[in-house]
Amino acid sequence: MLYRETGQFKTAYAQDMAIFPIRQDRIGLGILLGIAFIGVPLLATFHIWPFGRDYLLWAILLPFLVLALAAIGTNILVGYCGQISLGSGAFMAIGAYSAYKLGTGVHIPLAWLGFAISIPPLPVLASILLGGLAAAGCGILFGIPSLRIKGLYLAVATLAAQFFFDWVFLRVPWFTNYAPSGSVNAPELNFFGAVVQTPVERYLLCLTFVTVIAFLAKNLVRGNLGRQWMAIRDMDIAAELIGIRPLYAKLTAFAVSSFIIGVAGALWAFVYLGSWEPLAFSIDRSLQLLFMVIIGGLGSIMGSFVGAAFILIVPIMLNLIPTELGVPLSTETITHLEFIIFGSLICYLLIKEPHGFARLISICKEKLRLWPFPY
Amino acid sequence: MIALGQFLEVLIGGLMSGVLYSLVALGFVLIFKASGVFNFAQGAMVLLAGLALVRALDLLIANGFPYWAAVVLGIGFAAAIMAMTAWLIERFVIGPLVNQDALTLFMSTIGVTFVLEGAAEMIFGSDVYPLRLFPTDAWFLFESLFPGGILINKLDVWGALIAGILVAGLALFFQWTKTGRALRAVADDHLAAHSVGIPISWIWFVVWLVAGLVALVAATVWGTKLGVQFSITFLALKALPVLIIGGLTSIPGAIAGGLIVGAGEKIAEVFLGPSIGGGIEYWFAYVLALAVLLVRPQGLFGERIIERI
Repeated sequence: MLYRETGQFKTAYAQDMAIFPIRQDRIGLGILLGIAFIGVPLLATFHIWPFGRDYLLWAILLPFLVLALAAIGTNILVGYCGQISLGSGAFMAIGAYSAYKLGTGVHIPLAWLGFAISIPPLPVLASILLGGLAAAGCGILFGIPSLRIKGLYLAVATLAAQFFFDWVFLRVPWFTNYAPSGSVNAPELNFFGAVVQTPVERYLLCLTFVTVIAFLAKNLVRGNLGRQWMAIRDMDIAAELIGIRPLYAKLTAFAVSSFIIGVAGALWAFVYLGSWEPLAFSIDRSLQLLFMVIIGGLGSIMGSFVGAAFILIVPIMLNLIPTELGVPLSTETITHLEFIIFGSLICYLLIKEPHGFARLISICKEKLRLWPFPY
Repeated sequence: MIALGQFLEVLIGGLMSGVLYSLVALGFVLIFKASGVFNFAQGAMVLLAGLALVRALDLLIANGFPYWAAVVLGIGFAAAIMAMTAWLIERFVIGPLVNQDALTLFMSTIGVTFVLEGAAEMIFGSDVYPLRLFPTDAWFLFESLFPGGILINKLDVWGALIAGILVAGLALFFQWTKTGRALRAVADDHLAAHSVGIPISWIWFVVWLVAGLVALVAATVWGTKLGVQFSITFLALKALPVLIIGGLTSIPGAIAGGLIVGAGEKIAEVFLGPSIGGGIEYWFAYVLALAVLLVRPQGLFGERIIERI
């Protein structure tokens, strides 16, 4: 009843092509953004339920936002362009370490040329964005094989990226500024004089990044470039025949996806972790992102959010429910249960709903529009 | 100057460990040939088989069975577990996904991997369990030719022997038995095989069963080498470049790929590693696979990939 388009006439082409053509969608999104930008920080500042302690903000919302951003990046490559990637974790690492190097100053001695390249420490915002750009560069480099190979073969190529960069950040001390333990600390989060420190400020920072990038991505995938990606995904030879350049389409998908993943990696390291080591971006992270995208919905920006939320919340629920029921499980059992539940869910979803939760949501919308009629 | 003796020792050691990679890669090739499924779960199957075997052995020996009886019963138990796993996978995952594209099937096997890893560790425990089926001491060869001789691990020789027997057995099975022929028919064309009356779901069960048994063999050798533990699942990831180099559809390719990867990474580690920081073994195989992909996408022995609209 509430979700009905009757009476919403489109009188101009611009309205027809609007990003959210249905009024209820716009209102809903506005309310959601209002809650996220104003409601949550207010509640958290005054410690009103459910934000009594910082747990919800710090342990759930912050990682959710950053991983949702990384999932959007993964979704652009896997869901929209159909190039399966097991190397997302590596691109997060590239974003994080490049941002770290740029944020603490780069010094490359070129002894054989007689001089050294020195860049003074950059502001945090610049180093995060440049970290994303560095990831985009590496993404293009490791995307080049996708012009000759595809599908499972490409998965192995991206796996090469994952293991190679794992090794680089572990073994090349230059990247960690010769830290003896291999673990590095993020520079102070200073944005034009305002220092981001408390959980609420960190949350708002991530939220801003996620909102801006999600809107950009949403616009990108419904435009010319996004349609090229989807044509390549659906059948690359046919796409080539109708005049889409695979080189351009595939490499832009790699670049955009790696940029977003790189920014997410920098945020994960700087804002959420604070101090980190290469293990934070291992193959497990890549698989986790892939699962978020599959469960949330391949080829859906909103699905990335739903998938990220789901993957984060299931382990927490597994921790809470048995304790509430009075049968506390050991951490080991919980880890194993988590494995089994994730695995079965992925199989179940692939069989029953290959388009993930995003598809379920759009089915619900469709039903609502036609309600009370079944057709 | 690198001593010839040292080079030979590294080369032989590498080739032998390459054979062990091939053992895991074989399982992949079998399933890929027969059903077009790229089975990410092979490493988890090795873990499951190894855990089932080693736990059954421990239990039987603790209950006073003689060693040979315990080994026979333990292997029988592990094989039964693998058969059950094969049936469950075929019935609940691969069967319902019939006729989906390769990527969907691949992702479903990632799901299977997680279930198997979780279930195996929950049922059989998650510690490191030592397995002692083969001798692990070393031989010294050609001591008269080179100073110190060439060191060869007996376990590696056993592994090579077992891999050889396995490949010969599989080749005979594929070539001469009725089921083997049906398998090849299904591999060529699911629909055509189905229409001449080959029961596809039975064939797929057999394929997963054979892959499970290959995993069990791999588990006996790897378990003796490293102990049965969770990190054994990473073997699956190491087997991927082996497959890419050898070609996804070729059993000889899996062996050759394994040898190339094993020898290549050991030689690179010993002779190149010290100059750029060590630990090359970690990524060498993948980058080698990447290079092969760029030159020859179907691998060294794979069938040419032809695409039609």
